[in-house]
Amino acid sequence: MSNGNDPRLAISFVEQSARKRVEHILDAGSMREMVTPFDRVTSHWLEMQGIVPQFDDGVVTTRGSIDGKSVVAIAVDGSFQGGSLGEVAGAKIAGTLELAVEANQAGESIAAVLILETGGVRLQEANLGLAAIAEIQSAIVALRQFQPVVALITGPVGCFGGMSITAGLCSYLLMTREGRLGLNGPQVIEQEAGVSEYDSQDRPFIWGLTGGEQRDATGLIDDFIDSDVIKVRQKVQEYLSKGVPKAFRSEAIQSSLDRLKKVDTRSQITAEMARAILSKEASL
Amino acid sequence: MNTFHFTRPARNVPIDRALVGYVGSGDLEVMIDNSDQPQADIYIHSSAEQGEQRWLSIIERLEVAHPLPAMRMDIHDFSATPGVIRLRLEQALEQALAKELSYE
Repeated sequence: MSNGNDPRLAISFVEQSARKRVEHILDAGSMREMVTPFDRVTSHWLEMQGIVPQFDDGVVTTRGSIDGKSVVAIAVDGSFQGGSLGEVAGAKIAGTLELAVEANQAGESIAAVLILETGGVRLQEANLGLAAIAEIQSAIVALRQFQPVVALITGPVGCFGGMSITAGLCSYLLMTREGRLGLNGPQVIEQEAGVSEYDSQDRPFIWGLTGGEQRDATGLIDDFIDSDVIKVRQKVQEYLSKGVPKAFRSEAIQSSLDRLKKVDTRSQITAEMARAILSKEASL
Repeated sequence: MNTFHFTRPARNVPIDRALVGYVGSGDLEVMIDNSDQPQADIYIHSSAEQGEQRWLSIIERLEVAHPLPAMRMDIHDFSATPGVIRLRLEQALEQALAKELSYE
């Protein structure tokens, strides 16, 4: 595990599977998975539509500790159906967060870590996915009053759709350079607005607007982090120890509206224009 | 999606549960679980067009090198190539038989 200070030998968090990501974040030996793949709770909606299911439905829900502090840690597997959330995957996340809320209400301190790699609602079971995402968001809003809810977006999928709103509701949001955060995915915008307005194949353009570095520069996240697993773990520890923030980003409604008014939609916004409007200074 | 079920002769040896791979493009998920049956039951969900004979060939080839333990094996295939399938099957068996292999 130890890789010294040589960045060439660092283990990339981005390249780890969802289950390995959780393992890397939690204290060694503390991980206990809730609803494991061996419980065989798969999406029968996918099977009805002729799509091969996965035994964990693309979500890993665990309980464990970080630096001895009790947490629930949840990771979405971006490689299965684009990390999309349907009935089972959504219910696993919502149920885990709701258990954490109940534990906190009963006097037990449990924080949460969400590793988001998701395109949002799974279109093959969209209504149930939407309902589940609403439940996830309600649970986060309840839980963040008690304990920090730390979200990580490390890529390569990124975090889009309803789950981008979920990310915005978390107490702290951390991203790597490879991570992306946006309401609509690049291909969706291109399909709706046309390639001349938004070319989803233009990677510098896409990452320039929605990548972790830009999201950090525009004050939409709390930290821009390295993708080395050891550094990711350190950052999660650091933000968990900060406790409940004084104010939540999602409550800054007026300042967000004021900044939105500065956007001129007559021409395509550039990364620089977005930074001028959404700079960290402007958000304070 | 095609589904298949094969019942194969098996050795009566203790196994651990195992899970490898994922249902992503060109890959597959293989799960091995305990069974109270004396044979190897293999259940396959596959997005690939190829049929039963292809899977039977893959399994028969595997059995030459790795006599199967009594188990329930589930395969969720997302159009993996035979080479990838073989690697995942061996990886899963290696995990399931880790105890046996460590005695050798």
